[in-house]
Amino acid sequence: MSRLTRTFEKTRNENRAALIGYITAGDPEIERSFEIIDAACGAGLDILELGIPFSDPTADGPIIQHASSRAIKAGMTLRHGIEFVQKLRQKHELPIILFSYFNPIFAMGTKTFVREAVNAGADGVLCVDLPSEHSDEIMQHVQQPDIKNDEKTITINNTIHCFHFIRLIAPTTDTVRRNEILHFADGFVYVVSRRGVTGGNSNKIDWSGLKREIAEMRCETEIPLCVGFGISTPEDVQTAGTFADGVIIGSAFQRIIEEHPNTAKQSVANFITNLTARNKRNG
Amino acid sequence: MSATSTTTNFTTYPDSQGYFGNYGGIYVGETLMTPLIELKAAAQEAFRDKNFWAEYRELLQQYVGRETPCYFAKRLSEHLNNNNNRKNTAKPVDVDIETKIWLKREDLNHTGAHKINNTVGQALLARRMKKRCLIAETGAGQHGVATATVAALFGFECRVFMGREDIRRQQPNVQRMELLGAEVVSVESGTGTLKDAMNETLRYWSEVVNDTFYVVGTVAGPDPYPWMVREFQKIIGEESRRQMLEMTGNLPDCIVAAVGGGSNAMGIFYPFLNDKSVELVGVEAAGKGVATGEHAASINAGKIGVLHGAKSMLLQDENGQIHEAYSISAGLDYPGVGPEHAFLHDIGRIRYETITDNEALEAFQILCKLEGIIPALESSHALAQTFKEATKYRTILVCLSGRGDKDLQHVKEVLEK
Repeated sequence: MSRLTRTFEKTRNENRAALIGYITAGDPEIERSFEIIDAACGAGLDILELGIPFSDPTADGPIIQHASSRAIKAGMTLRHGIEFVQKLRQKHELPIILFSYFNPIFAMGTKTFVREAVNAGADGVLCVDLPSEHSDEIMQHVQQPDIKNDEKTITINNTIHCFHFIRLIAPTTDTVRRNEILHFADGFVYVVSRRGVTGGNSNKIDWSGLKREIAEMRCETEIPLCVGFGISTPEDVQTAGTFADGVIIGSAFQRIIEEHPNTAKQSVANFITNLTARNKRNG
Repeated sequence: MSATSTTTNFTTYPDSQGYFGNYGGIYVGETLMTPLIELKAAAQEAFRDKNFWAEYRELLQQYVGRETPCYFAKRLSEHLNNNNNRKNTAKPVDVDIETKIWLKREDLNHTGAHKINNTVGQALLARRMKKRCLIAETGAGQHGVATATVAALFGFECRVFMGREDIRRQQPNVQRMELLGAEVVSVESGTGTLKDAMNETLRYWSEVVNDTFYVVGTVAGPDPYPWMVREFQKIIGEESRRQMLEMTGNLPDCIVAAVGGGSNAMGIFYPFLNDKSVELVGVEAAGKGVATGEHAASINAGKIGVLHGAKSMLLQDENGQIHEAYSISAGLDYPGVGPEHAFLHDIGRIRYETITDNEALEAFQILCKLEGIIPALESSHALAQTFKEATKYRTILVCLSGRGDKDLQHVKEVLEK
């Protein structure tokens, strides 16, 4: 069973949503970024999405755009990101998903990427601009699921590792396509809460519509359904956590790092503590 | 042409997934996937409808002013032949192989460039899909003006995204768009040029996609844009083919066109792809010289990668970060190229050369003085390459993709330095 599957089993048993944090690697610069992410992992994140910066982040709002620019300027690369995973893995057991646009992975070579990411201890990849139907560009290097546990694996030096390809479903995704994506889904599904790019606040989220949609998806799949985009406060986490298996926070962390680069390590950890405190379901 | 003895039909691409060989496809966030699939279905349906094309052709004829002439540039041809003969005094001159240069006058279109062929087509499609608003990215402003124009013509709301730096460099076009009723949105991110404008248009589109049609300006972007835009631009080549046969009795030996994203080039080349006697030459911007790193030669100096929704040749570093492109011509200043060009380069059907800022500027001035035509700086790159090809072919057809009025201020500044 993969780390990801174990994590969702645990949070389901604890009757709460998994707290998933996206943080851009390399912001404000490489060493301090590692310390911030390390602290976040220790402060109660259930799953880490480690963001690899890209020069042209077309699905991201201004906050992650700026974070990406700062990280690239600081010399952050996909290779450094994989080194981050390796170092984090020595201290933390939480699942780590590499979160990137496709071009940095493509430039490294998809085969090299999979082997090195797996070797470092990464549990999967979320590739923003690689839609579900193109997943094979990466997953061709990972074996088909074995019948026992339905998880894709790769064997390196006689050790079997799980490696997930995280798919997204957006409010614009039509029903036929949505069910296709759910059919192939692996690890968890990232349910995009609203149209537009990352960041901003939850004002534009239609909570009841989102809740209904998640309920519909539950009829199609048992895979964990996690909600992200525009979720920035402990209240949002509480709301989403009542009906989703996981809640994803990204820009809110990046905003703290942007505003308080020197004290971000502590501020991010405190913020996670606040989020965790509200991440409970009544009854 | 016996080198390629295969019977490839070059006009059958892309495949059903939007690939031209290794290039093309759809690489966007999930929010845009369903809208793009719907757009593709709508385009395929419209393209089967004779009435759709009838209306497109009628608008191009009555509103845009097509067809545009193929014009024999006599003085320019004489000048090049004399020049080349002088250079070659050591060798006997074969007087029978004088080159005749023909210009496909896309500069005579309404709004001054080929861009409007495409925006008329996409506006018709947007109306068919019952969209309310058009959005577009623009670099030099030509595509922005062409989009604002059809928005006014059809009664769409219109919003054009333009880099902060381009807004500064291309004020007359900004004023034109505003007069036409469009809102010009200044893009502050990145270096404030075309690449950033395209990023921002994609971002905005993902928010308003239900009632808004994204009018992409070139044969790039995710499927279906590369072939959809080509279908709207191939009228350039279809007219040229007929006109050259009528006027010279033959197809041209060579066709030359500038390539930024590559829409005027795809438009003129496409109907000739299966005419193997016709050499096709695409011209990329070498800026200050390819060796300086300040250029926009994605095919000649780039690597395969994924940007703005498609796999193609890109200027990028070894970590997959996209480089800024540079050219004196704002219309060629883009770090990628349409996927069909990358494919036609791979299989050797089209040859891609590069021309520097200085070579383009020289060609710009020569055409002004010898023919009384002020070409766009983009088209001046094609002209400069034509000067180099002149000794090799009897007839060369050049795509004069736009007029140079928009460039006057910029050229004046550069020449005075």
